[in-house]
Amino acid sequence: MSDIDLTSRPQALPRLSLERRPFELRALTSGLLTGLTWGIAILGSIPLFSVIIMLVTEGGARLDIEALTALPPAGFEMGGGFANAIVGTLVMVAIATVISVPIGLLAAIYLAILDPYSPLAGTARFVAKTLTGFPSILAGVFTYAVLVINFGYSAVAGGVALAVLMLPTVVLAAEESMKQVPQKMTDAAYGMGCTRAQVIWKVVLPTGLPGILTGVMLAVAGAAGESAPLLFTALFSNYFMSELMEPTASLSILIYNFSSMPFDNQIELAWAASLVLVLIVLVFNILARLIGQSKV
Amino acid sequence: MAVNPFQHADSASRVSGPPSGGDYLADSIFRIIALSCAALIVVLILYILWEIGGLALPAMAQHGLSFVSGTTWNVGTQEFGVLPEIWGTLYSSFLALILGGTFGVGIAIFLTQDFIHARLAAVFRTIVELLAAIPSVVYGLWGIYVVIPMLRPVADWLHSELGFIPIFGTELSGPGMAPAALVLAIMILPTVAAITVDAFRRIPYKVKEAAYGMGTTRWEAILKVMLPTASSGILAALVLGFGRALGETMALAMLIGNSNQINLSLFAPANTLASLLASSFPEAGQIEVQALMYAAVVLLLITLIVNIVGLGIQQYTVRKFEGKA
Repeated sequence: MSDIDLTSRPQALPRLSLERRPFELRALTSGLLTGLTWGIAILGSIPLFSVIIMLVTEGGARLDIEALTALPPAGFEMGGGFANAIVGTLVMVAIATVISVPIGLLAAIYLAILDPYSPLAGTARFVAKTLTGFPSILAGVFTYAVLVINFGYSAVAGGVALAVLMLPTVVLAAEESMKQVPQKMTDAAYGMGCTRAQVIWKVVLPTGLPGILTGVMLAVAGAAGESAPLLFTALFSNYFMSELMEPTASLSILIYNFSSMPFDNQIELAWAASLVLVLIVLVFNILARLIGQSKV
Repeated sequence: MAVNPFQHADSASRVSGPPSGGDYLADSIFRIIALSCAALIVVLILYILWEIGGLALPAMAQHGLSFVSGTTWNVGTQEFGVLPEIWGTLYSSFLALILGGTFGVGIAIFLTQDFIHARLAAVFRTIVELLAAIPSVVYGLWGIYVVIPMLRPVADWLHSELGFIPIFGTELSGPGMAPAALVLAIMILPTVAAITVDAFRRIPYKVKEAAYGMGTTRWEAILKVMLPTASSGILAALVLGFGRALGETMALAMLIGNSNQINLSLFAPANTLASLLASSFPEAGQIEVQALMYAAVVLLLITLIVNIVGLGIQQYTVRKFEGKA
């Protein structure tokens, strides 16, 4: 017992020093890695700026009233535009939204409120997460198998393929947002004698609305930019759509088709269409952000 | 006679009262509708498997496993093999993962480890998120007119100086593995970065403070404390990023060259399962459609397995930090 001396200071380990020098190895390593990280961050943001610059210079040069109002040119024709593709994209995204939002919302209500811990809810949640990483072209293959083989290429088939891709995003975002509603509020509503349906319609949905809308907007933005699921469901058309059950043009397929053409006119139009498509996607993205920020 | 305080509760304009039979009915109908919508999601994935599998069945019966090991895709002779596509899918995704993974994790470290002011970090994160918002076709177009011309001198130099190494073994004739993998890396970078940022955020602040308190430099704290603690989250990010890369279609269909060959060279054209579907489906006849459905099944299985593994790791990470069983 006597060999423990509590009065003297413990001897510092000889090799460790509290002193820090600016040029010792560990300081240099740290500095080097910090520089490397800055490099990665700067290099990583170059592609975005490059894409934006190309879109503005190449696409902006050709974006005029004609491009927005005319039909796509054939072969050697000059001029032309992609008005039918803008209409087609908007119509198909609208169809997809009309299908996926009600189903997604009701499914989210089940997952978040009605029966969060049931085996069905667990499975559905897991499937929804798996589907967010689902290759978008397989949504096209699936719709081809279900609809196109029987009814032919159409805007409806394109919309259904997009809806398959939107559904998991809507479900997960809506569930997350409904879970954020304070339990005090729902408890208070139940305490006043509300039925479950009343609590959901009058308390949970209005309170969770900003979050739900954010999810819907992000899903819409994603769907507007999709092309793989439309390739062999909506196909393409050089004319304005006259009904929903016929092949329909979309901006993304127009860009894909025109990008490989040997004509400068078509390639310029592909850039202009890209600019319009990116603007549509960005508008929905920014809307999503604004709505998301407005919630408390 | 005293006024009955409950009398008005029975009148038509009551403000409260027990739910009526109609309310109960509405409640249970609503519940059934919501339940069937949740069930629909589970049924949807089974239905997808059923439909695609059903159409692939004739091709499966005819080609069997030789479909996966065959190397020719010839509609005329009805020979269908997707080994080059499987190779191209895995190789391009793997290359993209190395590049996109390094950058994604690097950017996540940059954003979470106090390199820049929190407000600037928020701006930078928006930039990375916007990178994810740009449609795949636009990346494809950008790849054709920016990345390929930019890569060409680099590729020519590497091929002439280091051509004896197999990965530089061929010339870049235009579309090929290198531009495809590069653009793919940019496309999965936001996924990897977002999930990695999430993994770092889950580490309690105390942990980093304790490391700094012990006198570590910033990078000793990152390398020896933060990265090991976040490792399972980062693994999930990489696996899910890989899954994203496997299924990516349009940019690859535009950049990879759609050539049915197995080549280690970065500059040779190749093909992937998804871009095979994209390029062959619109003009395919009935026999080829069946073979393409079989290819879709292969792609579906590969991506499902990778995604489920990634989600499993992610859930494990969440449980580890939230202490739920």
